[in-house]
Amino acid sequence: MAADKKFAGYLCTGCGIGERLDTRQLIQIATREGKMAACKEHSMLCSAEGVQLIRDDIAAGNATHIMIAACSRRAKVEAFSFPEVAMSRANLREGVIWLRPEGDEHQETTQEMADDYVRMACAEVRFMTQPSGSGEQPLNRTLMVVGNGVTAMTSALEAAKAGYGVHLVCDEGELGGVYKDLYKRVPFRAAPVGVSNARTAPLPQPEDPGVAEMIAAVQANPKIQVHLNAKVTKTSGAPGRFSADISVESGSTVTENFGAIVQATDYKPYDANLLPEFAYGKSPDVVTNFELERLAKAANGGPLKRPSDGKEVKAVAFIQCAGQRSDQEGHLPYCSGFCCTESIKQAMYFKAQNPGCDATVLFDDLRTPGAAGEDFYRAGQQAQVTFSKGKASAVDINGGQLTVKFKDLILEEDTAMDCDLVVLATGQVPNTGPDPYAQLAVDEAPTEEEKAAARKVLEVAPPSILNLDYRQGTDLPHLKHGFVDSHFICFPYETRRTGIYAAGPVRRPMDMKQAIDDAAGATLKAIQAAENAARGAGAHPRVGDLSYPTFRKEGCTQCKRCTVECPFGAINEDERAYPQFNESRCRRCGTCMGACPVRVISFENYSIETIGQQIKAVDMPDEFSEKPRILALACENDAYPALDMAAQSGGQISPFARVIPVRCLGSVSLSWITDALNSGYDGIVLMGCRRDDDYQCHFVRGSKMAAERLSKVGDTLQQLNLEQERIQVYEVAITDVQRAPQIINDMAATVEKIGMSPFKF
Amino acid sequence: MSDLNTAMVERYRTNFLKEVEANVEEGEWVKMCMQCGVCSGSCPLGKFWAHPPQEIFMMIRAGKREEVLSSDAMWMCTSCYNCIVRCPRELPITHIMHGLATYAKRLGLVPQNQPTARFAQMFWDNLMKKGRVNELKLGLALYFMNGFGEGVKTALKKQKLGMNMMKTGRMNPMEILGGHAVKDLSGFQKVIQKAQDLEDARIAQHGARQGA
Repeated sequence: MAADKKFAGYLCTGCGIGERLDTRQLIQIATREGKMAACKEHSMLCSAEGVQLIRDDIAAGNATHIMIAACSRRAKVEAFSFPEVAMSRANLREGVIWLRPEGDEHQETTQEMADDYVRMACAEVRFMTQPSGSGEQPLNRTLMVVGNGVTAMTSALEAAKAGYGVHLVCDEGELGGVYKDLYKRVPFRAAPVGVSNARTAPLPQPEDPGVAEMIAAVQANPKIQVHLNAKVTKTSGAPGRFSADISVESGSTVTENFGAIVQATDYKPYDANLLPEFAYGKSPDVVTNFELERLAKAANGGPLKRPSDGKEVKAVAFIQCAGQRSDQEGHLPYCSGFCCTESIKQAMYFKAQNPGCDATVLFDDLRTPGAAGEDFYRAGQQAQVTFSKGKASAVDINGGQLTVKFKDLILEEDTAMDCDLVVLATGQVPNTGPDPYAQLAVDEAPTEEEKAAARKVLEVAPPSILNLDYRQGTDLPHLKHGFVDSHFICFPYETRRTGIYAAGPVRRPMDMKQAIDDAAGATLKAIQAAENAARGAGAHPRVGDLSYPTFRKEGCTQCKRCTVECPFGAINEDERAYPQFNESRCRRCGTCMGACPVRVISFENYSIETIGQQIKAVDMPDEFSEKPRILALACENDAYPALDMAAQSGGQISPFARVIPVRCLGSVSLSWITDALNSGYDGIVLMGCRRDDDYQCHFVRGSKMAAERLSKVGDTLQQLNLEQERIQVYEVAITDVQRAPQIINDMAATVEKIGMSPFKF
Repeated sequence: MSDLNTAMVERYRTNFLKEVEANVEEGEWVKMCMQCGVCSGSCPLGKFWAHPPQEIFMMIRAGKREEVLSSDAMWMCTSCYNCIVRCPRELPITHIMHGLATYAKRLGLVPQNQPTARFAQMFWDNLMKKGRVNELKLGLALYFMNGFGEGVKTALKKQKLGMNMMKTGRMNPMEILGGHAVKDLSGFQKVIQKAQDLEDARIAQHGARQGA
């Protein structure tokens, strides 16, 4: 222990802790076993007075490392915020007294639980160092926005409004992107409150697209520099110090520095040539929704004419879900989410110009997302657009006429309709770069067949957009169907590359209004990332965390596990294959720490020691005491809060369990498991988040990496001649309030069945 | 085929929806149906309908004129108003059903011997005679609607109820002899005639001669 470390303990006796537990014993344990110089007691530590008690000690130089034995570390975080010192929390309220029943028969084991949590918190804080930012990067108030369209332009304008400079990299000769030919747009706002449901109610109508105005605003903004016909040929660095080469078609390249990046490359229209059944390509009168927009723009309010003979359209059919929501080869399996409202709008073009024109929308499910959605559908109905629930199967050409064959899904009959023009409502194909894990999949495929399959995926991969100079590949990782991974419910915009945000249809299909909202959100996240990087603080989900991983070079075996396993591609390799940590790319999950077979990676306040020492600090009763010990390593984002909530709602837990929160199950080192088994724990429960495609892991792949590593833990058990049941890995959601304690209690039952571990010394 | 029907076919040709909008009470609402099916699911008699309301609306839009107007579906409506209460688009479905029935009747497309239609006619004829409904006559007519034998059987079954009603003065057996009329019968008939004229004028305006 360094001489300048001053350990101080604080015990809160409020919320029933004082009544339920022997506090004198706890204080004794903190000072004698836990080596706290002193342990002060307060009846309500989170009160202004209690907090002042701690502050005074810190100010007087009597406390650099504090242990607070009170409630869960997730409670009273504002009161117990002492950024200048290292701090650990012993969870006596949610962790002990609220999870245990009252009564003399339980008193002994409940007290032992509390004793152990105090020992553990003391052990933890002794091995912690208070982190401070590295100062690795200054504040860079410039963003790079990649994309041509409304999403990218909105992002640039929003950043400029916030005082940030923007380099907008557009790979076409003009701005506008997929919406530059828009005649009108789907309205953005619902009918005002109070507009009745009446048949004649004034409802939102198609409106001016506003794209030209947006282009003008971007061009006029002095904070935005537009690079036309340009590509990003190299991106390196990290949030706060990104460096990008922007190369223009003519050959010149500029290198610029950025605080953060927004990728808003939108989507490519689906290739309708893949739909021969609808006569696309066979008749010029079968057009896509994108092509119809150009026809409407050309007509500019006049009669819409057929491309084949220039005759005015008298009957038009819209085929929804063309090449979408289908498992057929070459079709998009998903709903693009914008085509229903687009078709309503386009059908209204025909009705506005000629009310006698028959406009029929053949839909399966009419989905009208957005504020205006339902009102706009009603506006279409008001305009006498015919909505038929039917599934089109083919378009036949008879002379100048088209016949759409479809199944009427309400009347359950195969039928057909004649029309002059067919519009295919085709979908969005994300405009993303290659998935960096496509290469990894080839490298790591176990069999030749799987390797061949992985290679096939790699072959059709699109060209890179960002050209990242990262160990793990050139672009943002995908999740499904080529969309960039960003958890669309919990953490939109947040990709798996810190400081690079995905906005708009690159992350999921969406309409123009949603893309605009998305751009604003992603831009603010990008600004936040740049500002956090300047402070040396972590981004989501450990926002503001100043700790970051370092490694002991002498011990490193250059095995590269950390650089491969980092879910965020934060770690590069130097020329001698040592890991190069990039502080501001790091999300502080500790997956690298868990991956390291030689245990050389650690954070200042989270390391092999801070957890390992907690495991060892637990008092281990002998084999014949009938008091087993169960270690639960619980993810701090889901499993641990679930246990806290179980405590709040009157759940119960075995008194033999000792729960330690971990940043992510991915940070769990196998050495902790081996240590725990060797020191006599009878069962180990590992509680992480749901993994794979529907993952809930805040660190995306942490839970998955942990599961992979722990699948080999059976060998360790076998070596020790222990039963396989002693270690269980679970996926726990934050909502598993009943299940989380049950999992631990199940392990207690298992231990009772198979008997105590013989490794108790 | 009635003259009016021929005229309407001629006039609207393929667009049955427009015909319904122009001629059926509350028909302008049909286009606003979003095919959720809540009406069909809510109808207590739904399973007895050849085409529940949702289907009727779809058939109108699909131009199935003959099938809709000669259907007995809308005649099955008992005006419980469940569909109106539940329709998320607030369509007056009950009224539309009655509107369709009225229109079909005017065009002479009602299926033969449709019991609801027959009773409706009976009610109307009864009402027109004296300007008020003669309950005794209407009740008896209803009993004997499906034949003499059944009429006697029903009458015997209701005997006790009838006696009680007489005792308490709720029914006068003398009404069978013609019954009393409203105070100003000729005035009443004038009112009805005026309404009929107005209705005929409205239909004439829609390009068809008076029918049915």
